[in-house]
Amino acid sequence: MPAFKLKKVFADDLGANNPIFAQVLGICSTLAVTNVLKNTVVMCVGLIFVTALSNMTVSLLRKYMPSRVRMMVETLIIASYVIIVDIVLKAFLPDISRQLGPYVGLIITNCIIMGRAEAFALSNPPGLSFMDGIASGIGYSYVLLAIAVVRELMGSGSLWGYPVLGDWWTNWSIMVMAPGAFFMLAIFIWVVKGIINKEEEEST
Amino acid sequence: MTESIAFYAIFFAAIFTNNILLTNYLGMCSFLAVSREVSTSVGLGSAVIFVMTTTSMLNWLAYEYILLPLGLVYLRYIVFIVIIAAFVQLVEMIIERISDKLYASLGIFLPLITVNCAILGVSLFMIIRDYSFVNSLFYGLGSGIGWTVAIIAMAGIRQKMKRSRVPRGLAGAGITLIIAGMMALAFMGFSGMIKIT
Repeated sequence: MPAFKLKKVFADDLGANNPIFAQVLGICSTLAVTNVLKNTVVMCVGLIFVTALSNMTVSLLRKYMPSRVRMMVETLIIASYVIIVDIVLKAFLPDISRQLGPYVGLIITNCIIMGRAEAFALSNPPGLSFMDGIASGIGYSYVLLAIAVVRELMGSGSLWGYPVLGDWWTNWSIMVMAPGAFFMLAIFIWVVKGIINKEEEEST
Repeated sequence: MTESIAFYAIFFAAIFTNNILLTNYLGMCSFLAVSREVSTSVGLGSAVIFVMTTTSMLNWLAYEYILLPLGLVYLRYIVFIVIIAAFVQLVEMIIERISDKLYASLGIFLPLITVNCAILGVSLFMIIRDYSFVNSLFYGLGSGIGWTVAIIAMAGIRQKMKRSRVPRGLAGAGITLIIAGMMALAFMGFSGMIKIT
């Protein structure tokens, strides 16, 4: 695996081509769990696992898949890995599994995984595809983790379940509810796009 | 089986208080991508209502009569997604044969629907909440209508917004998310009306 290619994959997925900022893809299933940091971490680990392995599998099979049923095969591969994540969570982290509810299953329809399989894994070797899966998973996760930190801190005055802010803090209950997630993500995109725009202006 | 929750309560709750888009964040991808014009939103919305209602019925039957008796509950993700994809494909073929006009207005949206998280989400929610067949049917219908209401409202706002000046960094996805947040706030006003869990 050429090192420069690997570096490019990581730089792209974490930076300018980050799936969340570039296309606002795949926020559906995971945005819902960002009100508590712990759940978000579990969800992100699951997502990275599924993205990396399904990317690798799609890449391994890419020469044998008839292009007509390609999408279906990809979906089935993703669904199999999601089932593994679901069963593991149920066995080892039953509490979190209950809180996450249907959202673990909804990783299947997360557009990012499908998007990476289509855009990258179909035209690249397995090893590189695996790394691309991890990179885009991380690129996706750090955005969600940042949102989760803010939401839990402001919404319940705690982090990872431990109270941090103390008694003087009045909880913003709106932050743990749906609108909080929309606003936080919008602000996040605003800040990042502002930085990117500024860099573009300076370079030209 | 919770027969105590009347199906009409579930129906209205799915539209207003537990709107699948604004409280559960499902179907955001196509919501952000397609909500530019009211007419396309109506097309996609009606396709979603139809597919959501029928697949929630099909998936309920498959779950209750195939997966549960055979003890294959852990395979539900695969079974659900295959049923949804196969059904969408089938509908697409039928519409193509029957009516060109309907195909032109609805057909192009059908492939988008297979990857719409809201469709799978409805099926998973109804399993977790132990809905009966009738309840699932109305939950699917109500969620579809709720999603459509949200996307049409959003398209209307975005059409008006074309003339307003949006900060550069916010243009596109950012401002759409902020509007979605405001709509979610507005829909929270309904939340005292009906309570379902």
